[in-house]
Amino acid sequence: MTYSPEVRERLETDAKEIIGRYPKARSALLPLLHLVQSEDGYVSDDGHEFCAEILGLSKAEVVGVSTFYTMYKRKPAGEYHVGVCINTLCAVMGGDQIWSELTEHMGIGADETTPDGKVSLERIECNAACDFAPVMTVNWEFFDNQTPASAKQLVDDLRDGANVLPTRGPKKLCSFKDASRILAGIPDDLAGDGPSAVGPSLEGLRIAKANGWEAPK
Amino acid sequence: MTTLTPILTKNWDLPNSFTLEGYGDYSAAKRALGMDPDAIIQAVKDSGLRGRGGAGFPTGMKWGFIPQNDGKPHYLVVNADESEPGTCKDIPLMMANPHALVEGIIITAYAIRANHAFIYVRGEVLHVVRRLHAAVREAYEKGYLGTGIFDSGFDLELVVHSGAGAYICGEETALLDSLEGYRGQPRLKPPFPAVAGLYAAPTVINNVESIASVPSILANGADWFAGMGTEKSKGFGIFSLSGHVTRPGQYEAPLGITLRELLDMAGGIREGHRLKFWTPGGSSTPIFTDEHLDVPLDFESVGAKGSMLGTRALQIFDETVCVLRATLRWTEFYAHESCGKCTPCREGTFWLKQVLKRLEAGQGGEEDLATITDIADNILGRSFCALGDGATSPIYSSVKYFRDEYLKHFEIGGCPFDPALSTVWGAK
Repeated sequence: MTYSPEVRERLETDAKEIIGRYPKARSALLPLLHLVQSEDGYVSDDGHEFCAEILGLSKAEVVGVSTFYTMYKRKPAGEYHVGVCINTLCAVMGGDQIWSELTEHMGIGADETTPDGKVSLERIECNAACDFAPVMTVNWEFFDNQTPASAKQLVDDLRDGANVLPTRGPKKLCSFKDASRILAGIPDDLAGDGPSAVGPSLEGLRIAKANGWEAPK
Repeated sequence: MTTLTPILTKNWDLPNSFTLEGYGDYSAAKRALGMDPDAIIQAVKDSGLRGRGGAGFPTGMKWGFIPQNDGKPHYLVVNADESEPGTCKDIPLMMANPHALVEGIIITAYAIRANHAFIYVRGEVLHVVRRLHAAVREAYEKGYLGTGIFDSGFDLELVVHSGAGAYICGEETALLDSLEGYRGQPRLKPPFPAVAGLYAAPTVINNVESIASVPSILANGADWFAGMGTEKSKGFGIFSLSGHVTRPGQYEAPLGITLRELLDMAGGIREGHRLKFWTPGGSSTPIFTDEHLDVPLDFESVGAKGSMLGTRALQIFDETVCVLRATLRWTEFYAHESCGKCTPCREGTFWLKQVLKRLEAGQGGEEDLATITDIADNILGRSFCALGDGATSPIYSSVKYFRDEYLKHFEIGGCPFDPALSTVWGAK
């Protein structure tokens, strides 16, 4: 393993805290894979080895699990990992056109990263935001109601280091590594940022209020 | 006329709805923890609440299956792995109102005598994960979680667990394997999770919306809940309208409301277009057409018309959309998400995709329609879990209602539709 003693110690501290939340240690494997991904930007050989060692598993068992799940990357993702929903509804509403224009604009395809390491691209399946179609994500934050133009602007801004804000998320877009750390179960302090709900999420409530409709008392 | 009933969505327009301050004081949980746990199970049985994750199994009955005084730890696992195409209710619910879920978890765990609960949330929704962690932390700080909750002697630990990208983990036994640190592949049933679930101990797995509905039942009574909805599909639910509708969004209403009523509220199909086909409850539920506008959206009525209520994910497609394209994309999704454990699903979805691609390109023939339904016959009921069954729904239903449209592709040697017209910006 090539992790420096400092990195290893830091990872171990986090890992032990995470493992302690579960009745059985192996339940911590998915969080730990997110954790090592937060270190390397993908699940590296070292990452696999670390998880195996700390949980007393063989490396093969760990690789067997990590390769099952699409969120664990087998090569470094970009600092900003961009997803375009191409499941039926988003595809029909414009996701297909966004994907084709965006890949042409960027010169990279699915699961590829720009040469500067800034942006990687993924065709994502339904992300549970269909009322905001077409939907994109950056580091798993929502970027709702996209168009081909807004999508190209978005990746240009990301590559230029401009301030890019999710439509339903925090005031600061964190890196792919930072996002992975949150998914490991170590959240940052940005939960209070952003709206409770916007647009379509509030449509039914708005109509109910306008008509004076309420649930029975 | 059916009207909307905001309950879970009621506080979503408050800027702090996701905090304890914006939610309230967990008074339903406090009351529940003073009750006999069996009385809570009975109240949920009496309410008629049925699982909101798609299958519609009676929630109280599921809780009642947990053996008591068996000396084993019990677990509550919330299925927050919302991934069924078209389904988009639990994510905004947890974003705006996570405390309804946490309060429901406390009540449910107490009722089934579980001291450890988990929220298995899909990983691709970072801000929702943050909101869940924050809500759980707030509840701990207030003493609503942890040891000796409300001085009742009841202890509960609650863990937010992020998944890692696998639709199959929404299947309850695959979710359990995933939560145990394995590949998320379904288990053989029986034994059912109520007997041998997480760590082979008795486990209740419920959908987010089911659990989040529990505090309202405790607060207002089983009769209040049962007073809404239809005879066998009681209560309210969130209906998610998406696609070619003027105002897509979340509409919380009694079960039994119709698509016609919902479309009236949502401003109808987008201007200048008409309804062609729709899913009542996600892509795994057979599609409906404009002849089903007045079907009451409850478990029985939708089932009687050959589909399923599912997750009330109403994906609306107008006449610009090629049904073959939609079916192919859903099929690609199932092929991508098939876990590979069983042959009918793994191979069947793969071959369906190949044949449909050829059909879409206009290179097939009528005999291919027999081939895809034959493949579907060999998946439906023969695969390990419901993913395979779900994959056949768009196949059967699209061939049933739109056979001519398939044939048209062969006649002209390609797709008769212009995909640009279906886009948000394409059609005027």
